[in-house]
Amino acid sequence: MEAFVSALLNGVLLGLAYGLAAIGLNLIWGVMKVINLSHGAFIALGMFASYFLFHSFGLSPFVSVILVLALGLVVGMVAYFIALHRVISAPELSTLLSTYSLSLIIIGVGTFVFTTNPRAIDVGLGSLHVLGTYIPAAKVLTGVYSLIFTVLLYIFLYKTWTGKAIRAVSMNRVAAEFMGVNTTFILSLSFGIGIALAMVAGALIASVFPFTILSGGVYELKSFVICVLGGLGSPLGALVGGLVLGLLENVLTLKMSVGYVPFIEFLILVVILLVKPSGLLGKE
Amino acid sequence: MRRFLSVLVGLLFLGSILAGNVWAKNKIVIGFTMSQTGKLNAESKDQFDGLKLWQDWVNSKGGIYVKALGKRLPVKFVYYDDESSKDRVQQLYVRLINKDGADFLISPYSSGLTASAAIIAEQYGKVMVATGAASDSIFNKGYTHVFQIYTPASRYLTGSLDLLKALDPKAKRLAIIYEQSNFAKAVATAAKKYAEKKGFEVVLFESYAKGTTDFTSFLNKIAAKKPDAIIGGGHFTDGETFAKQLYEQRIRVKLVSLLVAPAVPKFAEIGKAALYVTAPSQWEPKAKYSKEAAQRLGIEWYGPTADWFVREYKKRYGEAPGYHAAGGFVAGLVLQKAIEDAGCLDSEKVVKALEKMNIMTFYGAIAFDTGEYYGRQKAHEMVYLQWQMKNGKLVKEVIWPESAASAKPVYPYYKKY
Repeated sequence: MEAFVSALLNGVLLGLAYGLAAIGLNLIWGVMKVINLSHGAFIALGMFASYFLFHSFGLSPFVSVILVLALGLVVGMVAYFIALHRVISAPELSTLLSTYSLSLIIIGVGTFVFTTNPRAIDVGLGSLHVLGTYIPAAKVLTGVYSLIFTVLLYIFLYKTWTGKAIRAVSMNRVAAEFMGVNTTFILSLSFGIGIALAMVAGALIASVFPFTILSGGVYELKSFVICVLGGLGSPLGALVGGLVLGLLENVLTLKMSVGYVPFIEFLILVVILLVKPSGLLGKE
Repeated sequence: MRRFLSVLVGLLFLGSILAGNVWAKNKIVIGFTMSQTGKLNAESKDQFDGLKLWQDWVNSKGGIYVKALGKRLPVKFVYYDDESSKDRVQQLYVRLINKDGADFLISPYSSGLTASAAIIAEQYGKVMVATGAASDSIFNKGYTHVFQIYTPASRYLTGSLDLLKALDPKAKRLAIIYEQSNFAKAVATAAKKYAEKKGFEVVLFESYAKGTTDFTSFLNKIAAKKPDAIIGGGHFTDGETFAKQLYEQRIRVKLVSLLVAPAVPKFAEIGKAALYVTAPSQWEPKAKYSKEAAQRLGIEWYGPTADWFVREYKKRYGEAPGYHAAGGFVAGLVLQKAIEDAGCLDSEKVVKALEKMNIMTFYGAIAFDTGEYYGRQKAHEMVYLQWQMKNGKLVKEVIWPESAASAKPVYPYYKKY
């Protein structure tokens, strides 16, 4: 029973963090119709940003995450103008290759600078005693922060003028431009927010698990599964997809070998693609 | 012209005989490669440092006594950089034998490289003392010239089961969690077999992918199955992460024994999570193998004491020796003993001496298998260390076997919660 409760709690907390990472990918796809293959690289960058803020300035990842968010926004917007702006109207393959090359550059330089030695952030917060099981406090905070960031994003997208402009561009870029929306700014902002969310997710995950510059790849793959599962272009769907994945990984393994979980995850992916390609919460 | 050539050939021939005699009579040439570059560099260098210390020790006494010649011969090393590469190892060992006239060989560092070198040693009928190589599979290929210093992988974790049995005969439930690598798999499979033979119940036997960072699923399973002990692991990072998450989830087990990670000093960085974790190690500076222990067991003591080795090593290299360095020193020591016992430099006679060898050194007991796994180490035991708290600091103490123990084991593991 304790094991089950623990699996459930761990699954939900981890699922929220997965969801947050996936929302970044989802937003960029929804607004720009760009499949961002540099997603994982930016998650890894977020991990390292948090690592250096912790070790150089002694900032807890749960404080420095605001700085990582700001950094991500700036880096993302700059990356947009360097790598995407000129090919944004080109066929999808061009933007795919462009973001892929961005990923290769980040991983390549990162490997050179940071090496692939594993690193960890030990926040030293101990564990919380919840419902008869112990959960690392960092994991709880990661889950809570992920939820807060998701809610903030939701408010931003649905309650502010800029957020509404982002949604307008995602619905119809040309029409939005006619209505006086500066689409170039909105596109770069969307990419910035997407990257910022990826980096924030990375920073939070780094407080729980050790990582290397290559760790982003795992979470990128998960993000793709989550996006397809929850529905591309739907932030809420990404959160639901993240929770499904987190719970699968933790609850299913109570009864079966851990090695089978990726198989089940990707099986679900294939089934969703066959039966409901728009995802669980996606619009037709 | 023809006469000139034949004279030249004759001179060269004579020269080589003379040179050969001069070499054989003045010194003993020991050939090996080390990984001065490549991924094995760090461990290989420690092994070399240990070996070098042995050379200086034995030469300071005039060398190895060879009865047939009635005198001591100093030891000369010939070695090359193998670049941590199997191909280089084979080329270089051929060169060591043919060109450099090595009388005896010592293996490179690591099982992989040693397996390559062993083929050459066997082909040329040269004795090779294998150190830094724990694999069992090198020794079931029918070689008759390769002798192992390390405890083989198949016995890496079996001692922790003996320890558990001694501490708590009622503890029966065992979880084995290991990394998907050849080494960890070999260790885990052998441990499982041994556990079942000794009456343990293996309630969980599962592997995790290389690079796993989230062990939550495994820990939940462990929490559900309630084992008494967890053994397994793989390399440093995964082992450290596992120990950390085990502590964070406050899993109530009585014994935790992991490969590799806890034996590395850096393991202490996870703080209280490291406390009471145990690990096998080939040797630890605190291991108390002594003349008295040898006497009690009725076997011959050979070579310097552990205190001497640790002191001299520190003096020379500025750091405490690890098991890689000890393995290097003992490889030389074993060869020395075999040559003295054989009384000559003939390879086959030295092989006979190695077959009969049964000694205790500061590194532990040494004797070799002569059955199916000819040359495999059969007497040396892993020592088991445990992270304990001394004066507010985490320290490694040797807790098993009793003949080497520097402290009493703290049991159960969950005492720290």
